[in-house]
Amino acid sequence: MSTKIYVPCDSSAVSLGADRVATAIAQEADKRDIEIELIRNGSRGLYWLEPLVEVHTSKGRVAYGPVQTSDVASLFDANFITGEAHALSLGLTEEIEYLKKQQRLTFARIGKTNPVSLIDYLDNDGYRGLNNALKLPQADIVKAVTDSGLRGRGGAAFPTGIKWNTVLNTPSEQKYIICNADEGDSGTFSDRMVMEGDPFVLIEGMTIAGLAVNATQGYIYLRVEYPHAFEVLNSAIDTAYKEGYLGENIQGSGKAFHLEVRLGAGAYVCGEETSLMESLEGKRGLVRFKPPLPAIKGLFGQPTVVNNVISLASVPIILDKGGNYYRDFGMGRSRGTLPIQLAGNIKHAGLVESAFGLTLRELLYDFGGGSASGRPIRAVQVGGPLGSYMPESQFDTPLDYEAFAAIWAVLGHGGIVVFDDTVDMAEMAKYSMEFCAIESCGKCTPCRIGSTRGYEVMDDIINRRDLDKNIPLLRDLCDTLLNGSLCALGGMTPYPVLSALNHFPEDFGIDAKAGA
Amino acid sequence: MTESVTTHAVVQEITNSLKHKPGALLPILHGVQDVLGYIPAESIPEIAKALSLSRAEVHGVVSFYHYFRETPPGQHTIQLCRAESCQSMGGKKLEDYIKTKLGIDFHETTADGKFSLEPVYCLGNCACSPAMQIGKDIYGRVSTTSFDATIVELGESA
Repeated sequence: MSTKIYVPCDSSAVSLGADRVATAIAQEADKRDIEIELIRNGSRGLYWLEPLVEVHTSKGRVAYGPVQTSDVASLFDANFITGEAHALSLGLTEEIEYLKKQQRLTFARIGKTNPVSLIDYLDNDGYRGLNNALKLPQADIVKAVTDSGLRGRGGAAFPTGIKWNTVLNTPSEQKYIICNADEGDSGTFSDRMVMEGDPFVLIEGMTIAGLAVNATQGYIYLRVEYPHAFEVLNSAIDTAYKEGYLGENIQGSGKAFHLEVRLGAGAYVCGEETSLMESLEGKRGLVRFKPPLPAIKGLFGQPTVVNNVISLASVPIILDKGGNYYRDFGMGRSRGTLPIQLAGNIKHAGLVESAFGLTLRELLYDFGGGSASGRPIRAVQVGGPLGSYMPESQFDTPLDYEAFAAIWAVLGHGGIVVFDDTVDMAEMAKYSMEFCAIESCGKCTPCRIGSTRGYEVMDDIINRRDLDKNIPLLRDLCDTLLNGSLCALGGMTPYPVLSALNHFPEDFGIDAKAGA
Repeated sequence: MTESVTTHAVVQEITNSLKHKPGALLPILHGVQDVLGYIPAESIPEIAKALSLSRAEVHGVVSFYHYFRETPPGQHTIQLCRAESCQSMGGKKLEDYIKTKLGIDFHETTADGKFSLEPVYCLGNCACSPAMQIGKDIYGRVSTTSFDATIVELGESA
């Protein structure tokens, strides 16, 4: 019998040489006349160990990593195909501490299966949620999602069930489900991992959403920077159509749901839901005024559910195991699990899915192992480029939407970017303004002009010109952006800027004690 | 002449195959750029006509999105990430090195037409920063040394 060997096809693993390792393993096996079955799985999300090669043994899957092509011959010499020891041995994959400590619900299958294999998906609890949903009245599907306490994982944390209920109760001939896969926040990659590592869970989640609100057409708005995800999604969608999981008659139920992937074109603002819909309609991605809410008047003027990848990918397990099962994880009003992404200057960068409530410190040190450079961690930015910079004094904050809001920070999409003590926080604040200027859609004045002025003011501050005048000016400008912008791009750029100023005034040339 | 005839044929074929889709403009622009490498100015009236839009509307969309380009790219487009995670791992130094090495700034193409350099704001490879993408190939933990090796490899195959 041939031995199953797993080498991830996840694009981050590939960026570290996984494709070359897979080829080398196949060639070496051939050379030695050893029969193997090479499977390209998703990534377990332990990126410092990628490319992580796993071998199926009688005891379970055994891991080796990080494997380079130059290690392949010695792995065969050590008889890794029966799980024998080698310098790169990591033991049983499931016993690796980083993975073992997690609570993987949304990511339950990722890294275990071949992402584009429907058989793998079905063998690992796939489509159980849809099968239940097909037997339920629409209101009950929505109720399960409401009961789960699931809140939008894209960053805004709006209760998913309430959104669905609005769409369900808005009569229309045509409704839409949009998956916001424009994961543009630096430090985030959980959407990408789901799309590359378990595309069927997203397709299933969207199909359930379609059934729940009576929408027959879905779109995945995917950023163009994710070409691998595009291929994987399209392959999975083709299979789902062929096997009756998409189309006019889903699993003989008589109910229809169609799905198409549409590519963005490098505009960060298109991650904002109204801008995204403009883009899907073939227009410039200008932000719309709200109201009307997309749930009432969305894509092509019709009621539309717009949810993030993780929100939709969490729906199948909720419909499979029930709203209460999911709600039992978490704390306060933050229910369920959050896939956290540890990124930037951190030793053990990767994906940690866990119930809400872990502290930043636990994530940064227990999971993350401290900085990659070995220097002290000075600041972390949580929640993407519009999230606050947090100093060490805030590292005991639990991951919870309300706890973060209370200290003027945001959890966002769960990305954590780590900086060591070489970071210049005034430069980071200047970059935030520059990013806002580059990505502003230009519709509202505070964002369009305020960001450019902010960049100029930060330049003056960095060059220590007229600090007495420019610091208050920066605060005033941030106040205008915060209160006068149409969407979160302008409205939240002050979060990184002011948090950097407030927590790290010395980088702005201000005496911390004197204030400004 | 031949070139514009080809452009015309490509644009017409792509437009005809996609214009029935709701919100067809972005898929059409992607189709054109995938084949031609950019959106030639002469394709804009044609696309506009097929979708019953004004030329200004099509041009407005092309110019709004960073990804769409109106000039031909080099043989290889290097998308270098400028976002926070890559900055935390020395992305700015790498950026300076690459610009000096290639002798170009962002949005420019080397004189020999081999490389174009574009900034990108996150490739989702933040666990392996700094990152870049060339075509569909993604690179993680890019160093000055690994960058040099990559462009030598590509330069030889170009």
